[in-house]
Amino acid sequence: MEPLEIAKKIKERFPDQVIDVEEHRGQVGVIVKKDRIVELLRWLHDDPALHLNHLADLCGVDYLGKKDVRFEVVYNLYSIPLRHGIRIRAQVPEDDCQIESVTSIWMGADWHERECYDLLGITFGGHPDLRRILLPDGWEGHPLRKDYPLDGGGKNWSGYDKVLERSKKLRKYDFYGTYQDPTKKTGIEDARE
Amino acid sequence: MLENKAQLRLVKGDEATHEPYTIAMGPQHPATHGVLKLDLELDGETVLECKPTVGFLHRGVEKLAENLSYAQTLPLTDRLDYIASMANNVAYSIAVEKLLDIEVPLRAKYIRTMVMEMARLTGHLLWLATHALDIGAMTVFLYCFREREILLDMFEEICGARLTTSYTCIGGVRQDVTGHFLESLYDFTEDFPSKIKEYETLIDKNRIWLKRTQDVGIVSAEDAVSLGLTGPTLRGSGVDYDVRKHMPYDAYPYVKFEVPIGSKGDVYDRYRCRMEEMHQSNSIIRQCIEALPTGPIRAADAPDLVMPYGIQKKVAADATFSSGIIKLVKDSERYIEGDVYVAAEVPKGELGFYFVSDGKGVPYRMHIRSPSYIHIGALSFLCKGQMVADVIAIIGSVDVVLGECDR
Repeated sequence: MEPLEIAKKIKERFPDQVIDVEEHRGQVGVIVKKDRIVELLRWLHDDPALHLNHLADLCGVDYLGKKDVRFEVVYNLYSIPLRHGIRIRAQVPEDDCQIESVTSIWMGADWHERECYDLLGITFGGHPDLRRILLPDGWEGHPLRKDYPLDGGGKNWSGYDKVLERSKKLRKYDFYGTYQDPTKKTGIEDARE
Repeated sequence: MLENKAQLRLVKGDEATHEPYTIAMGPQHPATHGVLKLDLELDGETVLECKPTVGFLHRGVEKLAENLSYAQTLPLTDRLDYIASMANNVAYSIAVEKLLDIEVPLRAKYIRTMVMEMARLTGHLLWLATHALDIGAMTVFLYCFREREILLDMFEEICGARLTTSYTCIGGVRQDVTGHFLESLYDFTEDFPSKIKEYETLIDKNRIWLKRTQDVGIVSAEDAVSLGLTGPTLRGSGVDYDVRKHMPYDAYPYVKFEVPIGSKGDVYDRYRCRMEEMHQSNSIIRQCIEALPTGPIRAADAPDLVMPYGIQKKVAADATFSSGIIKLVKDSERYIEGDVYVAAEVPKGELGFYFVSDGKGVPYRMHIRSPSYIHIGALSFLCKGQMVADVIAIIGSVDVVLGECDR
């Protein structure tokens, strides 16, 4: 089935949910509201004429200052037996940064959603184990948000500070005098400044 | 057989005679193929729960890509799956070409298909070597590295690097292949099937190998699709899904090959799938060499991304020779708002790139769908109820590389 036909079918089935249909380079994205996302995706997964059984990709996008609704969660779906695909883009506003989890439809969505939570701070309701995954547990902020600085803002991660403290304690075992203070600046760094 | 045993143990676990305990496997462990940590909750030798921890190698490639131009991000893709970086280069390039609507010349398409299959061979050879080593077959390791070395030398010949190749560029490939390279590659493909047979004589009917791999880590077709498994890991369960056939790119529509699929979905089936795939890759390389057309190796209409081929006039007009740097023309018509998701079949599975462009020279958002990440996520499902020793076999059979997983 052509992607535009699938988009039309979704529009017929969920007329109040579909906001817009966008086409770019032959690929179609359907922008939807987040309210009935699980119901919509389950229908796409189970309907025999669509049968979109492969969740190729799930990720979040931050449209800070670009769009009225800040976040979008993007589901790239593909049907292995029927060989067609479509993209569903669910809008998630900043003040209600939460969307229902689709782990009940695809088991593989588990880690996709954890990554999305970790890097963009979008919460997934009903997720079995929503923790940080790529970053350590004590990390502050969500790096893929557009207002997160690229260089980290000059502050050390709290875990790194703990390591430094520990290394100070263990310095008494430095019998050979080879210890180097990692917080102390070397000549190379000075030259760069 | 083993599964039944494992279930028996699970039932016994309720009794108060012994209690479950936890061990941390990794992140420094030779059988985890990188910095992967598994928290195993065990009852005797049966795995009750397996919780993988990743992220030790996270470098923020996606955040970096948002601040680099499309051409500058290409070398970063080498560092994803560093075992078969050529395949990553191709996957990234076809995604950007789709986003910017660039038509690649036919010769470049054939060269890319060729190097991608070479990358698949290097990836599968390293997988076979380490997988066999994990299970206890040391000799296979040495045999596989013998052939992998030849392929890496050939990579060095065409692009100067063995691992971090950065060979493709957006709109084509960086350098043309030489006659010597094609000859030596053709010689290699003539020998290689006999080499695969050599590996098979070592392990294919080996009783220890069969005991360690058959009926271990079974995953049904339905579960495999639901878990998002791709590549040979999915095809071992009998699902016919290969991006090269489903969404053909480069020269794959012009070559003939079959997609080997398994039936049972155990470690042995996945092993057989990859072995058959090596035969197919070998045949694809041969077909590409035989049908390699002449012509340009870079698209003429991607002036901001590559040195233009055959439109020197346009460059000369905009060139600032005084500073010694040739300023390339920016074609603003190419950069329009929109998003694409393009996938390619790399040795590990489906490597997808999702791009959102806002009309600037840098991507607004780039998301990498890495197969290793999804496969490690599936480990907790695959390892449940298995023996500790089989966890090693399962990690090997899903074929993960942590550089790609953590990005």
